Amino acid sequence: ASEDSKLRFETYQLIWQQMKSETERLQDELNKNLFDNLIDFLCKSYCGVQKNSRDLGCQIKLREIPTAALILGVNVTDHDLTLRSLIEALRDNVTPYVVSLQAKDGPDMKHFLQKLFSQLVDCYTVVKSKEKESVQVTQKKTYCSMDSLCSWYKTVTQHSFMKNNYNGLKEYPPVVLVLKDMESFTTRVLQDFIVISSQHLHEFPLILIFGIATSPIIIHRLLPHAVSSLLCIELFQSLSCKEHLTTVLDKLLLTTQFPFKISEKVLQVLTNIFLYHDFSIQNFIKGLQLSLLEHFFSQPLSVLCCNLPEAKRRIHFLSVNQCENIRRLPSFRRYVDNQASEKQVALLTNERFLKEETQSLLENLHIYHMNYFLVLRCLHKFTSSLPKYPLGRQIRELYCMCLEKNIWDSEEYASALQLLRMLAKDELMTILQNCINIFKSSEKYLGSTAKRIEEFLAQFQSLDADAREEEDASGSEPRGLQKTDLYHLQKSLLEMKELRTRSKKQSKFEILREKVVNFIDCLVREYLPPPETQPLHEALYFSAAQTLREHLNAAPRIALHTALNNPYYYLKNEALKSEEGCIPNTAPDICIAYKLHLECGRLINLVDWSEAFATVVTAAEKMDANSTISEEMNEIIHARFIRAVSELELLGFIKPTKRKTDHVARLTWGGC
Amino acid sequence: MASKLEIKEDKMLEVQFVGDDDVLNHILDREGGAKLKKERAQLLVNTKKIIKKPEYDFDLEEDDQEVLKDRNYVEVLGRDIQESLKNGSATDGESKVYSFQNRKHSEKMAKLASELAKTPRKSDSVSLKNDPEIMINIPQSSKEHSASDRVELKNEKSELQSITPCSLRKRLIVSRSHSDSESEYSASNSEDGEGIAQEYEEDTSTVVLSQKMDTQNRVVSAPDCKETPSKKIKRDKRSKLVEEYFEAHSSSKVLTSDRTLQKLRRAKLDQQTLHNLLSTVSPSFSSELKQLNQQYEKLFHKWMLQLRLGFNIVLYGLGSKRDLLERFRTSMLQDSTHVVINGFFPGISVKSVLNSITEEVLDYMGTFQSVLDQLEWIINKFKEDSSLELFLLIHNLDSQMLRGDKSQQIIGQLSSLHNIYLIASIDHLNAPLMWDHAKQSLYNWLWYETTTYSPYTEETSYENSLLVKQSGSLPLSSLTHVLRSLTPNARGIFRLLLKYQLDNQDNPSYIGLSFQDFYQQCREAFLVNSDLTLRAQLTEFRDHKLIRTKKGTDGVEYLSIPVDNKTLTDFLEKEEEEEA
Repeated sequence: ASEDSKLRFETYQLIWQQMKSETERLQDELNKNLFDNLIDFLCKSYCGVQKNSRDLGCQIKLREIPTAALILGVNVTDHDLTLRSLIEALRDNVTPYVVSLQAKDGPDMKHFLQKLFSQLVDCYTVVKSKEKESVQVTQKKTYCSMDSLCSWYKTVTQHSFMKNNYNGLKEYPPVVLVLKDMESFTTRVLQDFIVISSQHLHEFPLILIFGIATSPIIIHRLLPHAVSSLLCIELFQSLSCKEHLTTVLDKLLLTTQFPFKISEKVLQVLTNIFLYHDFSIQNFIKGLQLSLLEHFFSQPLSVLCCNLPEAKRRIHFLSVNQCENIRRLPSFRRYVDNQASEKQVALLTNERFLKEETQSLLENLHIYHMNYFLVLRCLHKFTSSLPKYPLGRQIRELYCMCLEKNIWDSEEYASALQLLRMLAKDELMTILQNCINIFKSSEKYLGSTAKRIEEFLAQFQSLDADAREEEDASGSEPRGLQKTDLYHLQKSLLEMKELRTRSKKQSKFEILREKVVNFIDCLVREYLPPPETQPLHEALYFSAAQTLREHLNAAPRIALHTALNNPYYYLKNEALKSEEGCIPNTAPDICIAYKLHLECGRLINLVDWSEAFATVVTAAEKMDANSTISEEMNEIIHARFIRAVSELELLGFIKPTKRKTDHVARLTWGGC
Repeated sequence: MASKLEIKEDKMLEVQFVGDDDVLNHILDREGGAKLKKERAQLLVNTKKIIKKPEYDFDLEEDDQEVLKDRNYVEVLGRDIQESLKNGSATDGESKVYSFQNRKHSEKMAKLASELAKTPRKSDSVSLKNDPEIMINIPQSSKEHSASDRVELKNEKSELQSITPCSLRKRLIVSRSHSDSESEYSASNSEDGEGIAQEYEEDTSTVVLSQKMDTQNRVVSAPDCKETPSKKIKRDKRSKLVEEYFEAHSSSKVLTSDRTLQKLRRAKLDQQTLHNLLSTVSPSFSSELKQLNQQYEKLFHKWMLQLRLGFNIVLYGLGSKRDLLERFRTSMLQDSTHVVINGFFPGISVKSVLNSITEEVLDYMGTFQSVLDQLEWIINKFKEDSSLELFLLIHNLDSQMLRGDKSQQIIGQLSSLHNIYLIASIDHLNAPLMWDHAKQSLYNWLWYETTTYSPYTEETSYENSLLVKQSGSLPLSSLTHVLRSLTPNARGIFRLLLKYQLDNQDNPSYIGLSFQDFYQQCREAFLVNSDLTLRAQLTEFRDHKLIRTKKGTDGVEYLSIPVDNKTLTDFLEKEEEEEA
């Protein structure tokens, strides 16, 4: 797989950089709202502190520390990124004195304050060095108390008060302390710190930000009422990680911006790891990076996985081998089979013709994707609000289904259409409006479709007027009650029934709704065939879900068990082949020892074990049981047993025990 | 007694057909449903009635059933594994890997051993006696067989009723012996032709007796038993699992034989002889192993690429990965800075890892206040200078010395630097439990399965292995050396403690000699005159690591010698020899 490897690597780098910066941009965008609110809150509470510090009477009464509780979701590792950008934002907008502490920084009050102090000094020196002044190194690693913090703050603020040039307006910038992962802090330290600093609030304007992984109740669980009453807490909720995932998927995969795509299985693996293991966006992106890497590493034709004009250019320079690779692609072979025979020959023999054809196929693929995502979004608009969500609530579920097979063959799709046929008018109209917006976002593709939908919408609107007229018309024909006989009654009843059924069929709205549903159905059938049907899709789609799972979500225990229990799985030797999971006596020593130990309870007698082992091994050596085995042979077998046992000990299946002499304890489940 | 038994046997040994249901019922009955396994519960759906039948037949088939059931269990496992495509870890039989098992008796091991021993010729159903394959060569048990005259008659009878294959009968023999309350257990059933018959004979006779008693007991508790099966079945599997867990761990009684290695008279081998012996063994399946290794070697380039792109690589799977990593190092890392850390080495610590980085890689000879300072310094150094590159190879990242939380945190932080590339191997079954989410995100692992089946020669050589003699020569010589330099009184004091410890070596609750008692004894032997002298003496011992003190539950200090009893006996013998 050395074809164009350099080019492939460069393309990988390029695409990965683009994707990475896109995710970072997304992250910022998603956090923007949250950060704005937070900064707003900080400024407001800071002003409050300012006011109070001027008003000497108030300051004694008011000892509440302004606190922002920031709920960041269960995956703590993702917090770092959010908090880091938050700190940057705060430094730019609110105050230079932003400090963040972790649980391990503060095992006790002394270390907590020390760390706080040293970080504050660091902040200060950064500010100072910006102002190009001589840096005075104050006390470091010395004992520090709240008093020293206050006096430090005083000198610093006086300094800058005289200069008065930090943002031009803040005389007393607050000190913001961010506590990462608040749950893991020692409660004593937190409590003490809050109580002490609330006493000094007038000379040390502190603002706290708690990073919380679970729920806001935790604050009250960690802090007793006496302490939490010293806080003025406001709650901030970051975007849920699921929504975050949806956005990331939306911007990275459901778009033609990046040529790289992943198959249904891979998407399943990645979302499953996310939903069932860690809720970590970082990990999801790591998985995406790995898929990208694997794709470019293993697929020689991934050189074509770049933007269309570049890919067209690259096709010209494809080597003979690469052309062969194209011809070998299953999707391309299928394509060739469907062509006329002369064209088949040309494709398989003429390189220039092949390249031209590849170009047009790639272009088709590109157009396919353009349409695909438009129609997919459109379909999602229709199905995302259906009861019970037959096609899933999230667009990723729908995408998975569409990638897997022809969606219109599935039962879920049929039931979704059924439900669509029962939609009310206003619902239908909002959906149509949304669809128009989607299609309008790309003028170039499916312009006619947008027009059709607009027409539908107009028809629905005109339906309103018609309906009113109709109502009037029907209302103008009052039917007087007349004396009638049985025959006439029956006749009129029949007539009425007929009329009703006819009118049901004929309701203009229903006809129109039917039309819309059929139209959507046609769109789906035309534009949403799975990518496997497209020639050359292998160049863009990464489909080795198995390798991905192996590398990201490995199961070492099972691998170990398999190796011990079924050596044939790895060592393809016929001698090791055995039925029903029992192992032959020729298996590696450790397998035999393992198998024997499975039969034991919590404790294993080493003597019994070694004898059982010797039994098996001697049988394997095909020795005559009647003749006595040489002492040397016995020694060797014993040595092999020792080795197997100590290896099992290293692997953690057994450990020595003192409960009984010459016994070992089993460590895995099961047994006595 | 013997004649009585015979009469009973005649009655009992009638051949009867017994339906499956009855057998199952019987099993249930006998075990009270308590030791049931999941699989068996499914078999039991149809059982309703309990019929009392002669016990013997049931027992035969019960064992049959048991074996069958075990097979099922193993079969399920095996199938799952075979179904998976490429990777051993891909099997979805997770729930089955270490599920609960029936209460096992130690005899099962011998049973399985004999079974395994003949596996290559599975189809053989030749009589046991004539089949050399399944001969088990185990030292003859010392048991005397008194009932040898009945052998032939007995054999005929059992032949008649043997619907079960011969191999099974043999299993029966072995497993019978556990219910045999009179004969002491031994896995070393002599298994040459006659031995079998004798064993068989004797066992059954006692079994019948004991089961007769069983039956009587059971009549009393019959109502209980009747209820259990239906209840059991209804109960959902989960609660059953939980129940079984507590069942398994409730009884503290351990049913294993009492034999010790000393009786076996096979001396503990020391490391060197062990090594020599093993080197004579030629490894089997070398071509397949080579193939496996070649397969992994193809990944080297990929590993390099992935390491450089910010991932770290962890290797798992059975077998030593040391050679593989070593080959990786020699073939890929010749031109780059790299540090190899042998995690299995008992003296390793994070401190030494960091030291080797600061001293060897960064050429810094200064010292640091703490490990964290050192870490910070290294991190800053690597962040400042992006041209620095370091490959970190760690064999056994999960070793005793490195598996601690702090060590893992530090190594994780190192590995998260973009210019430190970490490739490590893990072996322990529970190694992945070392890492929580935070650490995993620091490590940024890519997992690679590399099952090599190579022996863990280096890795286990440092380990205090169970059967390897603990370099006994060293403590012995040091003992003599240290004691020679002491005064006769001090030697006497030490010998007192030593003898006391040897006298108590069979006492499992022995924790040491309390200081007061020791002082008393020393006084009586005219070795010390005040407890201060004794304390001074003890301090000296402690400095030489000859004794260890431990606080007991009552707060009293207990003294003991941290050397194994074998060495102490040798030492004592030697001392006495010298004095004589």
